[in-house]
Amino acid sequence: MDFQLTDEQRQVRDMCRDFAAKELAPNARKWDEHHEFPREAVKKLGELGLMGIAVPAELGGAGMDNVSYALAMEEISRGCGGTGVIMSVNNSLYCDPVMKYGTDEQKKQFLAPFASGEKLGAYALTEPQSGSDAAETKTVAVARGDEYVLDGSKNFITNGPQADCILVFAMTDKAKRHKGISAFLVPTDTAGFSRSKPDDKVGIRASGSCALFFEGCAIPKRYRLGAEGDGFKIAMGTLDGGRIGIASQALGIARAGYELALAYAKERKAFGQPISQFQAIQFMLADMATELDAARLLVWRAAWMKDQGVRHSTESAMAKLYASEMCERVTSKGIQIHGGYGYVKEYDAERHWRDSRITEIYEGTSEIQRLVIAAGVLKD
Amino acid sequence: MTLEPTEAQAAVAATARAFARERIAPAAAANDRAGVFPAELIRGLGELGLLAVNVPAEFGGSEAGAVAGALSMMELAAADASVAVIAGVTNMVAETIASYGSPEQKARHLPRLASGEHLAGAFGLSEAGAGSDTSALTTRATRRGERWVLDGAKQWITSGDVAGVLVVWARTDPALAGGKAVTAFLVEPGMAGFTVGRHEEKLGQRASSTVSLNFDGVELPDEARLGAIGQGLAVALAALDGGRIGIAAQATGTMRAAIDAAAGYAKERRTFGKPIAEHQAISFMLADMATAHAAARLLTLRAAAAKEAGQPFGQVAAMAKLFASEASQRVVDRAVQIFGGYGYTEEYPVAKLFRDARVQTIYEGTSEIQRLVIARRLLRDP
Repeated sequence: MDFQLTDEQRQVRDMCRDFAAKELAPNARKWDEHHEFPREAVKKLGELGLMGIAVPAELGGAGMDNVSYALAMEEISRGCGGTGVIMSVNNSLYCDPVMKYGTDEQKKQFLAPFASGEKLGAYALTEPQSGSDAAETKTVAVARGDEYVLDGSKNFITNGPQADCILVFAMTDKAKRHKGISAFLVPTDTAGFSRSKPDDKVGIRASGSCALFFEGCAIPKRYRLGAEGDGFKIAMGTLDGGRIGIASQALGIARAGYELALAYAKERKAFGQPISQFQAIQFMLADMATELDAARLLVWRAAWMKDQGVRHSTESAMAKLYASEMCERVTSKGIQIHGGYGYVKEYDAERHWRDSRITEIYEGTSEIQRLVIAAGVLKD
Repeated sequence: MTLEPTEAQAAVAATARAFARERIAPAAAANDRAGVFPAELIRGLGELGLLAVNVPAEFGGSEAGAVAGALSMMELAAADASVAVIAGVTNMVAETIASYGSPEQKARHLPRLASGEHLAGAFGLSEAGAGSDTSALTTRATRRGERWVLDGAKQWITSGDVAGVLVVWARTDPALAGGKAVTAFLVEPGMAGFTVGRHEEKLGQRASSTVSLNFDGVELPDEARLGAIGQGLAVALAALDGGRIGIAAQATGTMRAAIDAAAGYAKERRTFGKPIAEHQAISFMLADMATAHAAARLLTLRAAAAKEAGQPFGQVAAMAKLFASEASQRVVDRAVQIFGGYGYTEEYPVAKLFRDARVQTIYEGTSEIQRLVIARRLLRDP
């Protein structure tokens, strides 16, 4: 066994750490306050190859492995949790399935410009009344000549307000339930497509999400990704990778919260000594650091297994479940260590905590992760 | 990065697993009830090379490395934590002698520890009023020419009554405060003035014996000294860093046994018309248990890999020990819950797991000591 990073992995991590310190962390509070999409920073992420990390170079990506992706996600999210999810969705939920299931023609049109960061992608599975229970998908796609016509709506779509193309899941054969779902690449300049104003969120406010509306939205048949009925398989397989991204995001947010708390504890004095000298504070920090490492190892294991090309649904779900719940605990303790300062916006501790909350919800709630893990445990 | 065991490491684990299933598991409940030291099983482990996994082959060890050691410990513990702790302490003592021993000490003790001829090694650090706080040690060794005279008492010593060799820490310079005044010695059974005191009646891990030791004017030649005068604390701390990986591995093995038992039971036991495994209240418990187990296993193997690679590993070993032992408490508790009333009886295996797990957050440094170790490093690093 060897837990050491390769030189390349270390370089990616260091590059992202550097970028996050210079470009993200100094702006994160402002973006959060104004609910502002960090357009310039996202452009630079693209220039650094971070919008298509695991996509081969000939398809516009950086051609690196998934462990590198996890490392990059942690570092970027440490600088800004909202920027982290913009990157995660483009990499895991958009580029990854197009790379895996796309035709050569689709890859040229729908992958290369997105992997390079020139354009932005999104993934639309969730609806007002269905998410992980995909068999309840109400959005339909009806074949008509050389086209599919989409009708319905999607909800909470990250990158939705900015996306140039969205991977949309819709029913092509309702009778087949989840096996009647197909996947479509829908450019956002298509007639019949519209979007709501961005959601007003608790956290990760640098990232935008919104509802999408399809009203007689016609796309060429060649924009279907995979075969008819493959949608559910594509959606679920994609989430196995996406969960690695979100777990890494949680890791980054938690680390930001932990590091801030550690620094504060060394400076702040009470009863004549830095509060870091009190066991009550020290032991919180020790638990936070231990949990961070535990989460990171679970994330690396899932990413490494993806790199080996082996099934990693259970491992991704474990990484996502543990890292996200860890993130909420750690950032909450971060507030506790800051005391009253943790409760005011002058300090970043409260933002980390707000940012943490979504990681337990999107790309499958903690409850969905437990369903996936339990199925794995009980199968053996 | 390779997050799977090598073939050689997996082979050691498979050997341990087979022995654990065929020999250890069937005897575990009876040995626990009777509080019987499993001497035959220990000799069997010796034959398989599992008592000195990370000791050079020239001294009879398996030279398989710390990762193989941790993996095999998980397997033994999944069958019986008592056997695991006996083997764990023996491995720790063997490694300590391999690291700090004179050529004569190594030649005398390592082959015997490795083979099981010494039924165990014992680690005599704790006293009634001192454990991790070594500055409070009161056992002393007084220099008399070329010899030392050992006086004092030790407590909570695993395998202290059956060990063929015991590492005993004593204060050698009353003038010096703290750790610098402490030196380690090798004591053997039968030495005049060395007697075994009371056997503790324990909550769990009852097939492992835990005793107090009395030293009343025990004369030791200077050749019995392990390491340099005043090096005792360094010897103890290095041993404990490795020992903590062993306890973390033990806790990980306990967790796996609890998960296997609980998952098996949940698939069979039916309520409200279906197996309880199909109720989310139960299946979600199993999901959390499995996730905690996976994280504990990775932390443990990371610490073992760092040790094997010759990197500093005190911090990561403390994290592994803290996390795995705390997670083990929750996991065995949930396993009892899933078994319901049956979990509270000794008829099913989880009651023993519940009792056995409890000491994992206590020995070889309590969780509080692990947090001290971790925090100290966190606060020192820039």
